[in-house]
Amino acid sequence: MVFSNAQKRQLRLLAVVFVLALGALYQFGFSSQSSNKTTFGFQLGKEWVIIHQWVIQSTTGSRIFAGLAIVATILGIFLVRANKSPVVGTGFAAFALVMSFLCWAANGKFIPMTGLLQGSLMLAVPLIFGSMSGLLCERSGVINIAIEGQLLAGAFASGVVASLTHKTTFGLIVAPLAGATISLLLATFAIKFSVDQVILGFVLNVLVIGLTDFLYKKLLIPYQQTWNTGPSFSRIEIPFIGKLPIIGPIFFNQTIIVYLMYLIVGIIVFALFKTKWGLRTRAIGEHPTAADSVGIDVNKLRFRNVLIAGLVSGLGGAYFTVGSVGSFGKEMTAGAGFIALAALIFGKWSPMGAVTAALLFGFADNLSGTLTIIGVSIPSEFMLMVPYIATIIAVSGLVGRVRAPAADGVPYSRGSH
Amino acid sequence: MKKFWNRIAGTALLPALSFLLAFVISGLFIALSDAKVLKEASHPLKFMTTALSTVGNAYLALFQGSIFDPNLAHGHTVWQGFYPLSETIVTATPLILTGLAVALAFQSGLFNIGAQGQFIFGAIGASYVGFHFHFSPVLHVFLALGAAIALSALYGGFVGLLKARTGAHEVIVTIMLNYIAGFFILWILKTTTFLRPRRIDPIAPEVNPSAQLPHLAGANFRLHAGILIALLAAYFVWWLLNRTTIGFQFRAVGANAAAAKTAGISVSRVTIATMALCGALAGLGGGVHVLGSEHALTADIGGSFGFDAITVALLGRAKPTGTVLAALLFGALRTGGRTMQSNTTTPLDIVLVIQALIVLFIAAPTLVRFIFRVKNLKTKDAMTAKGWNG
Repeated sequence: MVFSNAQKRQLRLLAVVFVLALGALYQFGFSSQSSNKTTFGFQLGKEWVIIHQWVIQSTTGSRIFAGLAIVATILGIFLVRANKSPVVGTGFAAFALVMSFLCWAANGKFIPMTGLLQGSLMLAVPLIFGSMSGLLCERSGVINIAIEGQLLAGAFASGVVASLTHKTTFGLIVAPLAGATISLLLATFAIKFSVDQVILGFVLNVLVIGLTDFLYKKLLIPYQQTWNTGPSFSRIEIPFIGKLPIIGPIFFNQTIIVYLMYLIVGIIVFALFKTKWGLRTRAIGEHPTAADSVGIDVNKLRFRNVLIAGLVSGLGGAYFTVGSVGSFGKEMTAGAGFIALAALIFGKWSPMGAVTAALLFGFADNLSGTLTIIGVSIPSEFMLMVPYIATIIAVSGLVGRVRAPAADGVPYSRGSH
Repeated sequence: MKKFWNRIAGTALLPALSFLLAFVISGLFIALSDAKVLKEASHPLKFMTTALSTVGNAYLALFQGSIFDPNLAHGHTVWQGFYPLSETIVTATPLILTGLAVALAFQSGLFNIGAQGQFIFGAIGASYVGFHFHFSPVLHVFLALGAAIALSALYGGFVGLLKARTGAHEVIVTIMLNYIAGFFILWILKTTTFLRPRRIDPIAPEVNPSAQLPHLAGANFRLHAGILIALLAAYFVWWLLNRTTIGFQFRAVGANAAAAKTAGISVSRVTIATMALCGALAGLGGGVHVLGSEHALTADIGGSFGFDAITVALLGRAKPTGTVLAALLFGALRTGGRTMQSNTTTPLDIVLVIQALIVLFIAAPTLVRFIFRVKNLKTKDAMTAKGWNG
């Protein structure tokens, strides 16, 4: 049996998961003898219910799920041997490992599963907006490290405008414009002046952080009543599907910004792979010279895409203010832009990959919070490290070869290539 | 003589003009966000004078807080007026070292965003050896700094190893390692080894006096021997880059990795060595910061030394001398910013805006040349783009 490089990598990953599953079986299922029960709650609000909660003896649960993980990895190995993608096997094994861990970690405790997943989505929303912004830039060949700045600018502008006008809608309208302003700087310096895009993005972040911190102290704190008491959107439950058990409260009882996010992700997935614009965008990101030779204005399209990206992440910034708490807080994006960048890379620069990665990061983040609240002995700091460690593992090629668009970050000028 | 002046103008003109632009633009922000200024919006003349005095006062406080404060100097204690200058140097000391960590990486064509994490691990190492052991004074300092260097060299070298072995981009890896270091220090300060007895807030025990760096200008000033270590490190980096084979290999890889490989230089070894050295420099910064001025490890010991380091290295054009000067300047802005914040209504954070704008303009000489219509502007050192795959 001869395996290709990609298959070797898949097998290596499966081997790692297999070892982890064995470790889980021993650690969670056999080394700790606890007669406690773990309770998973599935009901959150007034949605229809199939089961309220599910109670299982903690060690039994850990053993069952670790066993399932082992079975799933073996299935994955067979899939690779049959020249098929093992993603079903790896995905299920990962899920079973998490469940095995939860049965062990939360013994004697109650885990609100639906609430946990709903919170994960809420933490993932800005990451998804941010990674979509990064995607639009990087697929057209411009590195965007300034996602953090775009999110923060959007959050600041929407918070302030909503507060001054007492209208959430105005906040929602102005946020994308703020993000696009940062994009305008990014595009001008990157495309017109050929400045190193990584450095540029970094400096733009510092600029936005400095400016919003400055204005926050100068205006938002002293004149809080007028400048920083913004209203926020309330949740809209979508009729019927909002009542579905588990997925209803998670996906269909959200604010308008989250529904806009579904729409934007859908449009990007469709447009990038099914339209003329998408083909051209991918072409200028991979091989601008070839694109130019068939009459595409590389720099003009790049400029436009970077601006659209700014609109997207600016809107994501609004989620921090009018989308949740209303008022603006100093550096409230707290590195979400960098995690969004990590999600983009983890997702191998593909839209659905980035969304999946963002959801995973949101889950890891929220899980650590939930476990801290219910009082689990694992230090929350280690849980919080998970997205970052996962990203390092991803870029070091364990999950598969991660390759940026070929011309990403390389300025284009005719005749220089 | 004319040639000499042309050379000075060629290298100093761009930073000087970028400076001017950054201060003018930040001045606009200061004036236009001030309630007192905005009140006069209907009287153009009064508006102008209030705006100018607001900005003038802010920048004056910035100077007073960073170089010399006449209010502190009266009679025989005139030296005390230089207290702000001592503070500036204390702030600049770790910045020089972290700035060098970024600058050296630039010379080998690497972008080290990870100085923050490397700094934190250095601080942890120095703090542990500093409070846990007892040695004779000089030896203790060396051992504590050695621990700082060792830990952070490993942390930095890991990035180089990953890049050399798997091609993982150092920008992504170092961003992630910064977060990991941030969480790690939060955790370690909760452990019984590190948490100071009878304290619940995250603070480690004070380092023993034998491990503290000596004061240089008496007990009234916080100025400590760390600045000498930083300057020595800057000299070392200059010597390494310009006088040794290894340094030549570093620069060769930085200039053109493919050509360097053809010439027989092992790019992966250079990558690992550079990142380990950069980690060591940043970690030395963390160690000096703990042993020199802070004396105890806290959760926010890292401050923004690692992040400011990037702007410092960019402003210093990745050269050791430039980095030292840029670090002193940013140290001054930071220190003066605190005085500005307490004496005037202008928040410290405008300093970040000034820093970002200076670097932005220096990175885009074409723009500066266009604004000031000058021709004699050295631009060949400008940071040119490389991309993820390069």
